[in-house]
Amino acid sequence: MEIYNLEKAFQDKIDKEIKIEPKDWMPEAYRKTNLRQISQHAHSEIVGMLPEGNWISRAPSLKRKVILIAKVQDEAGHGLYLYSSAETLGTSREQMIDDLHSGKAKYSSIFNYPTLTWADMGAVGWLVDGAAILNQVMLCRTSYGPYARAMVRICKEESFHQRQGFDALLVLSKGTKEQRAMCQDAINRWWWPSLMMFGPKDSESTNSDQSMKWKIKRKTNDELRQNFVDMIAEQIKLLGMTLPDPDLKWNEAKKQYDFGEINWDEFWNVVKGNGPCNKQRIAARQKAHEEGAWVRAAALAYAEKKRLRSTAKVA
Amino acid sequence: MNIQIRKFYYGDIPEETAGGPITNVSSDEKAWPLWEVFIRSKQGLDHKHVGSLHAADASMAIENARDVYTRRQEGVSIWVVESKFIHASDPADAESLYEPAADKIYRHPTFYDLPDAVKHM
Repeated sequence: MEIYNLEKAFQDKIDKEIKIEPKDWMPEAYRKTNLRQISQHAHSEIVGMLPEGNWISRAPSLKRKVILIAKVQDEAGHGLYLYSSAETLGTSREQMIDDLHSGKAKYSSIFNYPTLTWADMGAVGWLVDGAAILNQVMLCRTSYGPYARAMVRICKEESFHQRQGFDALLVLSKGTKEQRAMCQDAINRWWWPSLMMFGPKDSESTNSDQSMKWKIKRKTNDELRQNFVDMIAEQIKLLGMTLPDPDLKWNEAKKQYDFGEINWDEFWNVVKGNGPCNKQRIAARQKAHEEGAWVRAAALAYAEKKRLRSTAKVA
Repeated sequence: MNIQIRKFYYGDIPEETAGGPITNVSSDEKAWPLWEVFIRSKQGLDHKHVGSLHAADASMAIENARDVYTRRQEGVSIWVVESKFIHASDPADAESLYEPAADKIYRHPTFYDLPDAVKHM
């Protein structure tokens, strides 16, 4: 078949909502876009364990500690589902990990912000996971089969992450004056970075059409961001806290919230590696990888020894 | 074909604007093989493919599958198969393989229009 026809057949499948599977023909740009997106999503899950892992030993109660451990373990799982999906597009786990450690591959910038107090664990669950869920729910219907399936599994697990975050903040919001101040402070620091998670404005991302056409993505950055603002602006009332945006107000005509301008200089600065924790995050990943090298080698050697022993027995 | 993709996704930043060194670190470390994982969600049901993972050997693959795919009681039994042993049909052959079944509607019970008087059939 001519390339033109292959591309047309491919687009017809997408238009008919038929999922693309690993062995199906796909345009090289479709493969690359998915590969980049899935691997960056996987890296985000893995790096996302770091700011929270930091608080496991300092959680205020046994209940909060087991919840946090379960959440961090889920994130490891989510990273693994996604790495497996990315591998179906013809890359290796080692290559992806190398790319993360060398700085070639990116992860969500949100994880380059520090978690300073216990209230940050609540704010991260509520705001950061809340923002992530909006993306992930959309991605359950993405056109690449293995990615969509991984996202379905992730969404089932992710809802607990957001609820436990809100629950933790709710407790603080009913606490002492200091606890309420800690809660408000965490919300103040996480609000704007959470809005940045949706990426640049639609008007700034020039070639958005193709990935909408390929149904890799089904909502634009601005649409998702607006959904998020509308959701959080209502939920925060239950906490009796405020969002740090003087321009935030209900727009009766549009039936949605208006909100202030994001600091895009800060956004690009963090993306380019100058956020508060970029260096620590990558250093922590590299250290874990290097210090685990002997474990990986030993497991292989042991598997090989067992294999030789069982073949010797048969002979 | 020459389509340039520069859409920004969740956490998805194009390389040229992302900063940081772009280098290929080739590791000479030997990788753990890939395994496909099948889980029986409930006694009496089939094992179903749920995904894949890396492990040094079969027993580690089962242990990892337990941690990765059954954290919320999703399964009562796990199968693992090294991915290199899975053989699959080619999507390009789909027409010749599955099309012949399309016009054989007489293989379905609904093809037979029987009188209402016939019971238990």
